Amino acid sequence: MFIPHTEREREEMLLAIGLERLEEMFQAVPEQYRFPKLNLPPGLTEMEVASEMDIIAGENESLRDLICFLGAGAYNHYIPAVVDSILRRGEFYTAYTPYQPEISQGTLQAIFDYQSLIGALTGMDVSNASHYDGATAVAEAVTMAVAVFRDKRKKIILSPGLHPHYRQTLRTYNAGSDLILVGDEAGSDLQAGPESLIKHLDQNTALAIVQYPDFLGRIYDYAALAESVHQAGALLAISVNPLSLGLLTPPGDFGADIVTGEGQPLGIPLSFGGPYLGIFATKNEYVRKMAGRIVGESLDNRGQRAYVLTLTSREQHIRREKATSNICTNQGLIALGASVYMSALGKHGLRQVAELCYHKAHYAAEQITKLPGYRLWTDQPYFNEFVLKCPRPVAEINSYLLEEGVLGGYDLSQDYPELENCMLVAVTEMNTREQIDLLVEILEEVSND
Amino acid sequence: MTEPLLCEISVTNRKGITFPEPDVPTSPLPQGLVREILPLPEIYEADVVRHFTRLSQLNYAIDTGFYPLGSCTMKYNPKINEETARLPGFAALHPLQPVETVQGALLLMYELQQWLMEISGFAGMTLQPAAGAQGELTGVLIIRAYHADRGDLKRNKILIPDSAHGTNPATSAMSGMIVVEIKSDERGNIDLTALRAQCDDTLAGLMLTNPNTLGLFEENIEQVVKLVHDAGGLVYGDGANMNALLGIARPGDMGIDVMHFNLHKTFSTPHGGGGPGSGPVGVAKHLVDFLPQPVVAIIEDGEEDLPPLYGFINPAKSIGRVKSFHGQFGMMVRAYTYIRMHGAQGLRRISEYAVLNANYLLARLRDTYPVPYDRICMHEFVMEGHFADAPGIRALDIAKRLMDYKFHPPTNYFPLIVHEALMIEPTETESKQTLDAFVDALLNIAAEARANPEILKTAPHDTPYGRLDEVKAAKDLVLCCGVGAFEDD
Repeated sequence: MFIPHTEREREEMLLAIGLERLEEMFQAVPEQYRFPKLNLPPGLTEMEVASEMDIIAGENESLRDLICFLGAGAYNHYIPAVVDSILRRGEFYTAYTPYQPEISQGTLQAIFDYQSLIGALTGMDVSNASHYDGATAVAEAVTMAVAVFRDKRKKIILSPGLHPHYRQTLRTYNAGSDLILVGDEAGSDLQAGPESLIKHLDQNTALAIVQYPDFLGRIYDYAALAESVHQAGALLAISVNPLSLGLLTPPGDFGADIVTGEGQPLGIPLSFGGPYLGIFATKNEYVRKMAGRIVGESLDNRGQRAYVLTLTSREQHIRREKATSNICTNQGLIALGASVYMSALGKHGLRQVAELCYHKAHYAAEQITKLPGYRLWTDQPYFNEFVLKCPRPVAEINSYLLEEGVLGGYDLSQDYPELENCMLVAVTEMNTREQIDLLVEILEEVSND
Repeated sequence: MTEPLLCEISVTNRKGITFPEPDVPTSPLPQGLVREILPLPEIYEADVVRHFTRLSQLNYAIDTGFYPLGSCTMKYNPKINEETARLPGFAALHPLQPVETVQGALLLMYELQQWLMEISGFAGMTLQPAAGAQGELTGVLIIRAYHADRGDLKRNKILIPDSAHGTNPATSAMSGMIVVEIKSDERGNIDLTALRAQCDDTLAGLMLTNPNTLGLFEENIEQVVKLVHDAGGLVYGDGANMNALLGIARPGDMGIDVMHFNLHKTFSTPHGGGGPGSGPVGVAKHLVDFLPQPVVAIIEDGEEDLPPLYGFINPAKSIGRVKSFHGQFGMMVRAYTYIRMHGAQGLRRISEYAVLNANYLLARLRDTYPVPYDRICMHEFVMEGHFADAPGIRALDIAKRLMDYKFHPPTNYFPLIVHEALMIEPTETESKQTLDAFVDALLNIAAEARANPEILKTAPHDTPYGRLDEVKAAKDLVLCCGVGAFEDD
């Protein structure tokens, strides 16, 4: 499979090396470990594997079959054909990291386009060429903030409305460090807004992290929080759903120092959780503390405008143990997909999608809350996702919905015990009015059942 | 002619892709939270396609030519992988769907875990890490958690051979460890005396790349592992070079405690111009409880006619989550497809031919280019890019000149222990014809270095762009079109 050699060529090559058999090349491997017998299913031809993969894929109920109201950090959006058409170009997806700019201008300029688009969308000065996902981007924001204060400030304030996976990931990254993580303790008041984080601010605070819209769907004006954070000399990071920024005030306008986000809504398939895209943008003054690849503009020796990986002296392959992060491979191709999505939709299309999500979610909430037993958990404005207080445990409601081919919202009691019977409902442009009405109808049946 | 930027082809009020009008009554927009300006480009779809297509044509890629890039395993990326990963039954799955609705995806992840364990000789596996570097971080965090769990809190030292990839020390530092470098001996192995001197009760572990970045199998692997284990440390294996070991040797059998794979190297998932990768981590029995959460497991055994139920479990002493959801699932589908096509025999053939190709190149080049550690290599080797009788020529010049011969340059100036290093990894998917053409190019370049050194110093000539002014890029720091670039005039 995928080995072109004929027997004759193999013999010629062995002869050139001065060996008789392939096995002789492995003398350095201690004999008792050499050539283990692997217990694996026998190899298949392409035709056979194609059929087998069809069968395995067919054992899943995909969103082609189910009506989806599930979000919680990953959203079902329409992906225009142009996105995958570009991602399918072998010149992009089979290229390596662009270390050789003379023959990698395609990737480099596309990343530069991406950096420009992310800057424009978030209202920030500079973006890197991506992190792995929304969770690791937040973890890297912590590392960066600590580096900005040269390890002198040790406190990180976390909004309880930050995605549970993001909070878990940054805790894993910082296990054993002497950082103090506060703000999201069990029992913290979930109804409270960002002002409730202000009490944690002090001269030891490096960073406060909030989400926009937050995990519970709420949107807040974070300008006042930013001001308080800055008065304490600390930094503010806002983790965003980038698609919502087609409509909402960009976090740069609030005064965010770091903007991170999960880029999946920007034309990236759900694909059972990955590969996704970690967005990371900051202000000019912190660019040298930002981890990850960055592309800069320059000239080649023929006088042409050209692009190249820059500020590489921050990175692991130069600084080794003194680097700010170990990241090298990132999500280059996914960033390209997001760039194609943003440029194909453009100013008008992205606003349109964002508004569709907004209106459909509000229609859904309005219809559902007309039913007895269902109400919104908060009055706070929301974008395309809202917390619905239900008359029964969410798990029960969801099994009922699933029988009707509907994927219900996220059961919040998994992460927040106090949010018993609370469902996080996501609505996107993919949900038709008929689908929303069907959801309402089934929810009514469930409450009467 | 250079390709314009998106901001330069944007035209005010031109529309791209449009969406249907709302089929529901509209609601008032949230007061004070609606942006006034959305400074994104305004481009017609065909122009978007032309822009990105023309950009793609400025790239070198595996699909256009040979990539002898040491330590990167730039093998052919089978097209079938791209099809299977895009099957709606995989691509249109939400990560938080009830497990009953995603049994196919979970079976795939479970079997991939099992296969990677079988290939590497480990007792446990996580597919969650997003890339090799994140796999390393996961591994070092597991090592730390293991020592901490035993109350052995003073172990904060990680030993790293001087031939190691830069991520190894960066990862260790990121995990709060102190990094100590261990030198190599004259055969390219770890210097046992230097290693022994560092094996004390502060030793957390050793990060070992085997075959190492010189492309050499660690001949003293048994002593190395024993020295570290006897001192109470653990051995981390950097699996970047697994393409040499499939069906040849299992790191777990040799006493490695924890190791990451790079699915985007060994198992043919595409590099994507810089990701996405995928970095599963395998662990020996004593570390299984520390794996990141969750891992895929059988949560209800099957019966005669009933398949088992797959689901997620959290290992007892898990280091926690290293990213959201379950990892780079799309990469797992590709790697699964690839392993399923090969089976045990096919996998061993991969490594045999990867090593054959490397040794063939080494045999044909060693008389022309100095080879500092000259023995039978594994899947790659390192030679020096300079000549005593052409003093002005550096590895960089040779690398750049190779582009004029339509080859991607080898990895250069790495590993750091070789002067003017050129690190060459051909992979198994290249034919003898391609390898011969590559050798001919390198032999020509060696001749040019003496006869016409200027043509190397000023190379490349036959590429769309010439050498870049990297100093200007770092000094001027133009990193985007500029805020407002997409706005109306």
